[in-house]
Amino acid sequence: MSALLEELPVILGAFWLTVRLTLATAVAALVLGTVLAAMRVSPLAVLRTVAAAYVNALRNTPLTLVIVFCGLGLGLVLDVSFSDSLSTNYLWLSIIGLSLYTAAFVCEAIRSGINTVPIGQAEAARALGLTFLQNLRHIVLPQAFRAVIAPLGSVLIALIKNTTIAAAIGVAEASLTMKSLFEQHQEAVVPIFLGFALGFLVLTLPVGLLFGWLAKRLAVAR
Amino acid sequence: MTEADRSTSLVNLEKVNKHFGALHVLRDIDLDVTRGEVVVVIGPSGGGKSTLCRVINRLETIDSGAITFDGHSLAVEGRALARLRSEVGMVFQQFNLFAHKTILENVTLGPTKVRKIARGQAEQRGMELLERVGIASQAAKYPAQLSGGQQQRVAIARALAMDPKMILFDEPTSALDPEMVQEVLDVMISLARDGMTMLVVTHEMGFARRAANRVVFMSDGQIIEQAAPDEFFTNPSTDRARDFLSKILTH
Repeated sequence: MSALLEELPVILGAFWLTVRLTLATAVAALVLGTVLAAMRVSPLAVLRTVAAAYVNALRNTPLTLVIVFCGLGLGLVLDVSFSDSLSTNYLWLSIIGLSLYTAAFVCEAIRSGINTVPIGQAEAARALGLTFLQNLRHIVLPQAFRAVIAPLGSVLIALIKNTTIAAAIGVAEASLTMKSLFEQHQEAVVPIFLGFALGFLVLTLPVGLLFGWLAKRLAVAR
Repeated sequence: MTEADRSTSLVNLEKVNKHFGALHVLRDIDLDVTRGEVVVVIGPSGGGKSTLCRVINRLETIDSGAITFDGHSLAVEGRALARLRSEVGMVFQQFNLFAHKTILENVTLGPTKVRKIARGQAEQRGMELLERVGIASQAAKYPAQLSGGQQQRVAIARALAMDPKMILFDEPTSALDPEMVQEVLDVMISLARDGMTMLVVTHEMGFARRAANRVVFMSDGQIIEQAAPDEFFTNPSTDRARDFLSKILTH
């Protein structure tokens, strides 16, 4: 217990990195996932095919592989660099990997939401003269998002936990920090583990509650 | 509208054919609607009436034939098609009001996003139109809070907000409770009196008698006969029309 208190600043710092990883990835994955979902329902067959191939590839690849590829493949071998600081660079590479992976799940959630919007909604918008993109933006996507807030919450919870895989390329988020604290405080591995597990609960539980509440509040009455 | 305008064609369908799989829903349809004309399409269910309505703004594609609107052949896709649709209003059986938008937003969406009219101006005009259909007091509500009849009147206001050259009505009263049918028909009759060009698919024979310039009788994907309402209802020229009328006008 004393080890836990002693290392509190380190632990909080690690979770702060977890939160930043999560937020940056969530924004990027939401944008990319929305674009992919739009491609999957677009009238152009080539866009539909590309998006479907993307989703199938990323959704079926282990995240560890994606992260390791981004860190070692892109970072070390292909020399993709965002910062002179090595740790910042790996942080960005892990955000890219997490975003590419999570976007596939966001896309599928949004696509299932699009399927809940009655066809008449899009027809009425087309009949008014809205273009395909206007139709998506003003009519279909706003209703689709409201229908899938709860599943998107699940994607976000999975993402919070998935950020631990960034440890594989040395990003000092919560799980990697836990590992190094184990080495420093071998007498206190159980309390340290419980502390970190609790930390994740503190992040994930409110997300589930918040998204459940939002889903009810923003539901579209038909 | 001048007399010269009145006599010119607004929509013309020539030899239009459409299949749904093996079903031949439109067979060699020839139809001309002139400006200011109110054409009522009646006939048994599954006869192709709704499809006829929907091919005019290309919510359904056609397999062969030609459709012209206001002198131009129907665009296949893209912005030209969107422009055509903005000039043809459509009122659906199921209303199809945008469920996540207020009544006023439903009416202003087209003008602001498609016509790029300033919001304030669109809202002022939207309120005038809601006033006209008797729903102005509900402007801030959402569609699900309104009755079917009210929703359908909003849908008519939404179509009018685009200043369309024509409005298509696809069975506008078929999904309504009986006591709400008349309030919608009243709005449609007043539109017809004001000279709006209308193509109306309906089972409301009373509306056809009162407001139509012409009745088109469709069955099995074909136009069987067309005539002025008085003539059609009192003296139909085909057996199928006679048979249909005898079934619906017995009481």
